[in-house]
Amino acid sequence: MAFLEVENVRRSFGGLVALDRVSFTVCRGQIKGLIGPNGAGKTTLFNMVSGLLAPEVGQIRFKDRTITGLKPFQIARLGISRTFQNPSLFLRMTVLENVMVGRHLRSRASFLSSSLRLPGQVREEQHIRAEAWRHLEPLGLAALADRPAGSLAFGQRRMVELARALATEPELLLLDEPASGLNTREKADLNQVIRRIRASGVTLLLVEHDMALVMDLADDIVVLHNGTPIAHGPPATIQNDPNVIQVYLGGEPDGIPPAGELNLKWTRPR
Amino acid sequence: MRFLQCNTPFATFAVLAVVTQLVLRAAGMEYCLTQLTMALYYALVVLGLCLVTGHAGQVSLGHAAFFAIGGYTSAFLTTHDFGPLPEPAWATGLKQARVLIEHSDLYGGTALSVSPWAAVVVALLLTFVVAHLIGYPALRLKGHYLAMATLGFGLIVSKIVVGTAQLGASDGITGVPEWPLGFGLTVSGRRTLRVENYYIACGLLLLTLVLLRNLIRSRVGRALQAIHDRETAANAMGINTAAYKLGAFVLSALLAALAGVFFTHYTGSISPSEAGALKSVRYLALAAAGGMASLWGVTAMSVILNYLSLRGFFGSYDNAVFGAILILIISLAPEGPLKPLGQWLRHGLNRNHHPRDETTGAPPGASDGAPRIH
Ligand SMILES: Nc1ncnc2c1ncn2[C@@H]1O[C@H](COP(=O)(O)OP(=O)(O)OP(=O)(O)O)[C@@H](O)[C@H]1O
Ligand SMILES: [Mg+2]
Repeated sequence: MAFLEVENVRRSFGGLVALDRVSFTVCRGQIKGLIGPNGAGKTTLFNMVSGLLAPEVGQIRFKDRTITGLKPFQIARLGISRTFQNPSLFLRMTVLENVMVGRHLRSRASFLSSSLRLPGQVREEQHIRAEAWRHLEPLGLAALADRPAGSLAFGQRRMVELARALATEPELLLLDEPASGLNTREKADLNQVIRRIRASGVTLLLVEHDMALVMDLADDIVVLHNGTPIAHGPPATIQNDPNVIQVYLGGEPDGIPPAGELNLKWTRPR
Repeated sequence: MRFLQCNTPFATFAVLAVVTQLVLRAAGMEYCLTQLTMALYYALVVLGLCLVTGHAGQVSLGHAAFFAIGGYTSAFLTTHDFGPLPEPAWATGLKQARVLIEHSDLYGGTALSVSPWAAVVVALLLTFVVAHLIGYPALRLKGHYLAMATLGFGLIVSKIVVGTAQLGASDGITGVPEWPLGFGLTVSGRRTLRVENYYIACGLLLLTLVLLRNLIRSRVGRALQAIHDRETAANAMGINTAAYKLGAFVLSALLAALAGVFFTHYTGSISPSEAGALKSVRYLALAAAGGMASLWGVTAMSVILNYLSLRGFFGSYDNAVFGAILILIISLAPEGPLKPLGQWLRHGLNRNHHPRDETTGAPPGASDGAPRIH
């Protein structure tokens, strides 16, 4: 039984077909890499899995339950969390408060119990705070807890976003280019963090342009090109797949060294 | 009590309220308490906007209409003569439960009207339903649909109020009875009860402030702020954004209606000007002047400016003044004038006390960590 199943999904924007005939599955406990050049449709796919966009055709199933058509907050409650390609923090809140929002779906205080500060609500609030700290500390964010999110550097924002997503205690975590904009050290830390997340039992779907990182982490990779998968398999296979090499190097098949040595890097305009 | 935690600002408010009253008494100006009491009730409306606009980021241009729904429902039910009733069991039951009460009408006869407490319940229920009808479709969408929906709604309510004979048309409803709250307190415009009513209004405002402060610093408050800051991310974090926006909107509408009810029983009347779109704009201007999200800023600004307006301080430019405030705030100090002013003052003080502030190494904006709700 597959954990996440994407089945024959299609989505277009006006005349532009962003995704077409996309099918793949993710098994529980896996790190699945999702790569492809700019505009391949990776973020669009994330948006469909997390409910921000609806597919025109096809279905997405999570733990054998169809989630197409559900609202993002309903999908989040089922155990899917995500980060965004452009960190989307709540900028006027502190770092700690941002992560506390991650505990929203694990808590239940209402308008009434919150305004009256009923005993149950006060206890729950303390628990939310403690849990938020528990997710801040391993990512090295404790010192930033009281800083407004709007004052953070880019790399820090990525980390806070990750902490916020983890605070929801997801079963499936979607990371959209978590390493972009990070320096070498931060990338190395991120590698460790992602390993720890996987070790804690979370399944990951990872969109990433940093080939070294994906190849190192992913158990299995899907390559998207112009909205359709062109290759699927373990990193070693992907690195030597002629189609993939072709796509990444711009269609000059002559005299190409093995992709493993090339490290499949390409520059991306921002 | 947990419910009252961290109460320095609340104590300050209480002290200020008492000092004001004592000073006015000493100065022989206790008549000023009447307008002050009215200003305190208006502040409730603006505090509702503080929640829905300042925190949840949803603009409402129809809060005067909710104030009017509260006031008019209460005024109509407590002044209209529903008698003589047939005598089936339910009618006697209503009388026995004191939902319907007999009182003498203008001409010395007896009239049968709804009791103030029952009228309040009806007014709030009606507001609850209407706010859902307006808010539900508008708040399921992202964007400023609420502003448009509430603007249209406000215009409709104000037309209905002016055009309905039973609601007194352009004269409004007068002769609204006093409202015995219990505990020996009565909402009434009687001169002998002026001080008592000032404290009733202060107490209601204080209670509202405590409840809203608690709400804002909770899971619910964070959800609203998250929606304001980034709705998509809030939804992806499991927040039912439509439901939370609606909850905040309905709560603020109920506050406006409650203010309308108290105001009407206090002044003994309500007129169509209370329902006008200009009033809605005024409430929004006051919220903006108080910094939108700051409970204390909003309270201070709306009490002071409404008081001045009620004392006729702005003369015939009354509405223009509030329009100008809105324009000035939005173009010059979108976060309200109080925050920059406070920062400027703090900066001045810091310069005097620690000539080398930079040594703290705090990055710009880090000192901004002070809670938004003061
Ligand atoms: N909301 C939208 N409206 C219109 N077009 C869109 C929208 N979202 C994505 N697209 C288009 O769909 C295509 C796929 O975009 P998507 O963002 O999914 O690519 P991506 O693989 O994530 O690229 P990148 O590596 O640059 O992040 C692009 O051509 C993009 O311009
Ligand atoms: Mg993308």
